[in-house]
Order: sequence, then C-alpha cells, then structure tokens
Amino acid sequence: MAAISARQYSTFYLGGLYLGVEVLKVQELIRSQEMTRVPLAPRVVHGLINLRGQIVTAIDLRCRFDMPERAAGERPMNVVVRTDEGAVSLLVDEIGDVIEVHDGQFERAPDTIKGRANDLVTGVYKMRDRLLLVLDVDRAVAVEKKP
Amino acid sequence: MDDREELIREFLIESHENLDHLDGDLVELEKDPQNRERLDSIFRTIHTIKGTCGFLGFSKLEAVSHTGENLLSRMRDLKVTLDAEITTALLAMVDAIRKMLASIEATGNEGDDDYSAVMADITRLNQGGAKAATAAPAATPGAAAPPAPSAADDSADERRPAVSDSSLRVDVGLLEKLMNLVGELVLARNQILQFTATQTDSGFIGATGRLNLVTSELQEGVMKTRMQPIGNIWSKFPRIVRDVATVCGKSVRIEMDGKETELDKTIIEAIKDPLTHIVRNSVDHGIEAPAVRAARGKTPEGCIHLRAFHEGGQINIEISDDGAGLDIAKVRSKAVQRGLITGDQAAAMSDTEISRLIFLPGFSTADAITNVSGRGVGMDVVKTNIEKIGGQVDIQSVLGEGTTLKIKIPLTLAIIPALMVAAGGDRYAIPQVSLLELVRLEGDQARDGIEWIQDAPFYRLRGNLLPLVYLSRELGVDRVGEDDIVNIVVLTADDRQFGLVVEEIHDTEEIVVKPLGQQIKGLSAFAGATIMGDGKVALILDVLGIAQRARVVQDVCDRTRSMSAQSRTEDAADAHALLLFKVAGAERMAMPLDLVARLEEFPQSSIERSGAQDVVQYRNEIMPLISLSQFFSDTAAPAADPRQVVVFAEAGRSVGLVVDRILDIVQEHVVVQRKSTRPGVIGSAVIQQRVTDLLDVHAVMRAADPAFFETAGAA
Repeated sequence: MAAISARQYSTFYLGGLYLGVEVLKVQELIRSQEMTRVPLAPRVVHGLINLRGQIVTAIDLRCRFDMPERAAGERPMNVVVRTDEGAVSLLVDEIGDVIEVHDGQFERAPDTIKGRANDLVTGVYKMRDRLLLVLDVDRAVAVEKKP
Repeated sequence: MDDREELIREFLIESHENLDHLDGDLVELEKDPQNRERLDSIFRTIHTIKGTCGFLGFSKLEAVSHTGENLLSRMRDLKVTLDAEITTALLAMVDAIRKMLASIEATGNEGDDDYSAVMADITRLNQGGAKAATAAPAATPGAAAPPAPSAADDSADERRPAVSDSSLRVDVGLLEKLMNLVGELVLARNQILQFTATQTDSGFIGATGRLNLVTSELQEGVMKTRMQPIGNIWSKFPRIVRDVATVCGKSVRIEMDGKETELDKTIIEAIKDPLTHIVRNSVDHGIEAPAVRAARGKTPEGCIHLRAFHEGGQINIEISDDGAGLDIAKVRSKAVQRGLITGDQAAAMSDTEISRLIFLPGFSTADAITNVSGRGVGMDVVKTNIEKIGGQVDIQSVLGEGTTLKIKIPLTLAIIPALMVAAGGDRYAIPQVSLLELVRLEGDQARDGIEWIQDAPFYRLRGNLLPLVYLSRELGVDRVGEDDIVNIVVLTADDRQFGLVVEEIHDTEEIVVKPLGQQIKGLSAFAGATIMGDGKVALILDVLGIAQRARVVQDVCDRTRSMSAQSRTEDAADAHALLLFKVAGAERMAMPLDLVARLEEFPQSSIERSGAQDVVQYRNEIMPLISLSQFFSDTAAPAADPRQVVVFAEAGRSVGLVVDRILDIVQEHVVVQRKSTRPGVIGSAVIQQRVTDLLDVHAVMRAADPAFFETAGAA
C-alpha cells in the first residue's frame, strides 16, 4: 500500500528553504551555465541558456521568492523542469537528493507562510528532521508581463 | 487490419489532392465545355475515388461518386453539355465527397449525413439532358463503366510515367525534423569554422572547408524539400471566386502569373488565410455588378489577377482587381464616423495614407454586411498575419479602375542571414532583410555628426535627417566601448528609415531562428533567439518592435498627426525629380532635374576669365560659369576644388551654375508653401522634411548673363 502513495521528489535549497519538485517534472539538473541576459525582460528572467541547441529561459527563484540576490561569487545550479510551454530552468542555490515521501507526511501549506512562498508552495511534507516545501512549478515559471 | 488502415490513409491523401484539382478543373471546364482533356481528367478522378471506396467498402461514398460518374460519362459521350447548373451540381457532389472523406479521416466511417438530394439532382440533370430511353444504361454502369476507365488509366500512365516514378510522398513531420537537424548542423559547422581560424594544420583546414561546403549544400537541399509552389494554395481560388461571385450575382474570372513561385511550407501555411480573405474581399467589395460595370464602360466580367515573383530575397505577391477601387472620400468619412481618426487628421492625410486605414481593426466600407465580408474583421487580421511572418502589405487603389494589394514576404523563416552587432557587451542579431547600409563615424565626425532636437538624436545621411536610436539605451543596458566611434546601422521599418547606434558591428551570419520562451515572448524588441558559433545564445532584434518602442515609427494615426503639416506623398505619378544642392547663402536649394543637362566637375586650374566672367572650355565651346554663392550672397566663391557645376543647355548653348556641393536627387511632390520676394528664388517647400528654397533658374541666368537667352533665341 505504501508504495502506491509514495512519490519521489527532486529537492534543492534556496535561501533557507528546502524545496522539492516532483521528479517526473524534472528534465535534468545541470551546473551553472553561460547565460545571455535579456534586456527589458521581467526581473525574474535571469537569462537564456543553450541546452544542447535548445534555448531555455532561466528563472531566478531567489528573485521569484523576493529573496536577496546571490552574492557575486556564488554560481547558481539549474533545475530544468518541463512545463506545458517547453523546458524552463529554475536557478537554485544547491541541489539536494531525490527523496521518497508518503502521503501521510503531507499537509497543505499553512496559511501562516508569509510573502511569495504563500503563492508558490502548494504543500509541506513533514520529514523527520525538516520540512520539504512542494514548489508549484507552473506558478513559479508564470511571469507577470511587467518587469 | 493495419493494412486496411494504411490503404485508407493513402486513399485519403490521394483523394484530397485530386479533389483540389477537381475544383479548378470543373470551373475551367465550365468556360470551355469542349475541353476533352479536362473532362477526362475529372472523370478519372471521380472514377478512381469510386473504385477505391468500393474496394474499401464505403458504400455511401461509392453511390455518390457513382451518380457523378454517370453524368460525366454521358458528357464524355457528348450526350450532355456542361452548363452552369451542371457545374453547380457537380461541385456540390465534390463537397459531399469531401465531407465524407473528412468524416472517414476523423471517425473511420462515412458519417450519417444524407446526400440523396445531391444524388437526385445529378440524376435529374443526367436524365433531363437525355432521352428517356438512354437512362437505362446509366443505371447499369457495372457493365458499361469498367472498360472506359481502365483505358483512361492506361493512357494516364503513358502520359506521365515520370511523375509517379520519380517522386514519393514524405511525411511533413520528417521534413521538419530534418530541417531542425540541419539547423543544428549549421550551428556546429559555425562553431568548427570559428575554431579552425586558430588552427594551422592544412589537412584539418581542408576537411573543415569541405564540411562547410557540404553543410551549405545540404541546408539548401533540405530547404528546397520544404518549398512548395504558391500554385498549391492558388488552385483553390477559382472555386472560391466562382462561389463568391455567384452569391453576389457577379461574374468574375481569375488570372494567375507565377504559379510556380516557391515558398517555404510554413510561409505557405501562414499566407493561405490572408490571401483567401483578400481574394474574397476583391470579389465582394472590389468587382462591381455586371450592370454597373457595363455602365462604366467595362467588360461585364470582372477580373482578379494574381501575380507572384521573387525579388531581392523576398517573395512579392500582388492581388489586383479591375473593380471600383477604394472610394477615398468614403473611407475618410467612415474612418471619422467610426472614431478611428479625427476630422482634422482626416483632412491632413494623403490619399495613400487614407487607403491604408482599411488595415485598421474594425474598419469596413461595405454598406451592408453580407455573409461573405463586411464585418470589419478582415484586413487588420490580414495585415497582422502577414507582419507576423516578417512580411509587409500595402495597398494601391484608383477609384473606378481597381485595387492592388502588394504583399512582400521572406522566403523562409527557419534560417535567415543576419548582421551581428554588439551593445552593452552583448551580441544581437539583426535580420538582413531590414538592413539598408552601415555608417561609421570616427573622431570629429562622431562628435559633431550627431545633432539633437531636444532629446532626439539625428544624423544627416546624404542630406536627409535620419532619426537615431541608441540600442543600449533602448534596451536599458550600459553602453560599453569608446565614445569617439559611432556605428550606425541604417534600417527600414514600416517604410521608414532609422539608424540604430550600436557599439560594435560584427559579421553577417546565417542564423537559425529559435522561438523565445513564454516568459519573454511578449517583449516586442526581440523576434527570437539563436545559438552562435561559440555556443552562446544571442537575441534576434525585432526591427519594427524596436522602432515602435523608440517611437521612430508609430501607428497610423499618430504618424499622420505628426505629418499633417507636411506634404508627403509617395505617388510617383505627380512627383518631380529634383536636384538638391548647397550654396553659401542658403543651406539647401533645389531645382527641377529636367532643366539640367549634365553634372560636371572642373578643376580650379581649368577655369579661365573672359572679361568679368569665369569661363571654361567645354565641348569645344566657351561656357560661362555663374557662381550661385556670388549671386545670392555676393561672397567670393568657396575654394572647393574641383568646382561642382550644373550644366544647362539651351538652343545649342551651355551655361554652368557653380554650386558648393551637390547633395542628392529626389523624387518629390513639391508644394510651394511660401512665395519668395528674393530674386532668383521661386519660393520655399518642404523637401525630405527640410525647408528648401527652390531656385528660379531662368531668373538667375537672365540676371547673370542677359545675353544668354537673347542669343539663344536668335540662334
């Protein structure tokens, strides 16, 4: 029974948060890439990367979460996710393991989560030593038209 | 089971193709009912469909095509002659077959619609045209039909054995995939070529040279597989024209030139609907009813002419009709009435600009809405669809004589030549189609060459003010590079020129256009992105988008408002060729070019004096020189060497006018806006957006050399 309700999440770190995306939605994980900036684009669009001939938009999740910018020396990692509109890369601080979670550990996101996280997190898995926040990928890549 | 599905698929593909021809053939046959070849071809098509669907077990489809075949068979026997009624019935049958084929494609069966009316109609026509007794053999076609078609099939094979042997059907998806792979290959090739530049091994360099060549040829070849003649979409038009004309009670024929002109498949798809719309529009709005035409002294039958041709790496498509033409006055009042422009604007706009108003959303001049057109959703969609694929559309119309729509579109969208530039440290690609020329200013020129009107920069390009747009400023990035070099990329957008100032200009390259992600698709400044030789991504600039952002070109209403004080017209018919030049007293002057015999340069040393007059030896005679600077400001002629001289000839004698500098020759419609009291000047006009004095050539000569005209007159 447990196997049926188990899900796998690809996890990563962002600021102080431990986030996860369902593993089936993740196309690949790659290290920092050469980035072409896009002038006039919304601030969360960090640039374009060349993913083996495919041009992929990179979304800065720190910016999406209204977190302070990365320090100059720190290079973000790319979590390339599949969306209805093609692949999009999410820039994160560090990549974690793929972990298995059970429905029993799940709880809807408490309303007391403040700020952007409230919109972008759909739920919480209560792990033994910490909380895994489930990222709403579609919302994370949806960008308001105005910068 | 799989075999049957395969067979059905083949059958569908083949039938769809055949039916498209059938429409055209039937309309043609109506005009020329004696054309045996066409009749045979129609018969063959219907027979093939009937035969195959009988084999596949589509009985209803078989029954419908069977009745049609009977009628056609009697026509072949010359027992029935084709007329409009029969054509309509046969076209209805084609529609019925098409409907069933669509249903087979979607659901696997023929559907439940009842086609007995169509069949009854055809049967009635079949019997009506014949004696009652001969109806019997038609009812038993099993015996009569087979021998004839098999003969027809044989002859078809003999006639065109090459076509079926030398071509094969390929899935479009496969071609798309090939195209993408070639795109990747081109990128990899570019990367290798860049790397090769640093290498010295001759064997390696030779190999990359070959790779380069083969890749280019492969790219060209694959590109060709995606090319289709424009005739493929035009072939539907005779039918559409006939249908629309019948509904409107008009008689219209369609002519085509350049059917074989080839375009990329994606472009063919993109222009199909706009073209169809334009053609329907022409029949419905453009061509008048036969009675009206006759009253205007035209042939009762209207004509729509389609023309396609290649020009300068672009495809030109023209759709002309010999109909009523646009009623400019009506368009003007409709536009005001609908609040699209104000009355003042309307009064200030030229006819050409007024006619372009039909491309505005919500515009229609039709008095009544018909089911064909007139809902005011149309030409704006046509324009946007064509602009979406990098094309342009323009309209020319003469009241009472007809309207011509001109469309220009690129050959392909997948791989395009582009100029690479840099701004703010990043590279950008500019599609070559918008590129006119490059200007580089250095040192003093860079400092002084750019003039400002408030905060709008301009550069004088051959005397014309060229608005400048700083790319780094427009994109909101920091400028990188030296200040004493200015690179101007002269671009054209929406018929207007502007200069894009960039920090560096690199090479032109073939780039593979890739779409932008959802997050940045909305940015009008970019048309896409591409991957460069070094693997980095570069954005492709949308020239029109940049121009609009920078407000160098604006939408129609804004533009006309700003131009209301000027008299701009592109109508070459009433424009004059003018020679623009500079003299010391007045910045810019113009004179009609048709008075000018030649433009010459004389070195200072060749100028001699005869009395108080400067003269030169010119073509075995002594030609007096009149200095315009001296004439207007009485200052000594500038020391320019050689002197630029405009030569006039009259009755075998020549006179030279010395000017400071010859600027340009322009075609303009001149309106003298201010009369002049100054001797030698007729008045002032706005030419190329600048105030220019018009020279009174005769007055100048009379004043400087009173003898000239007299002797000329006497001689």
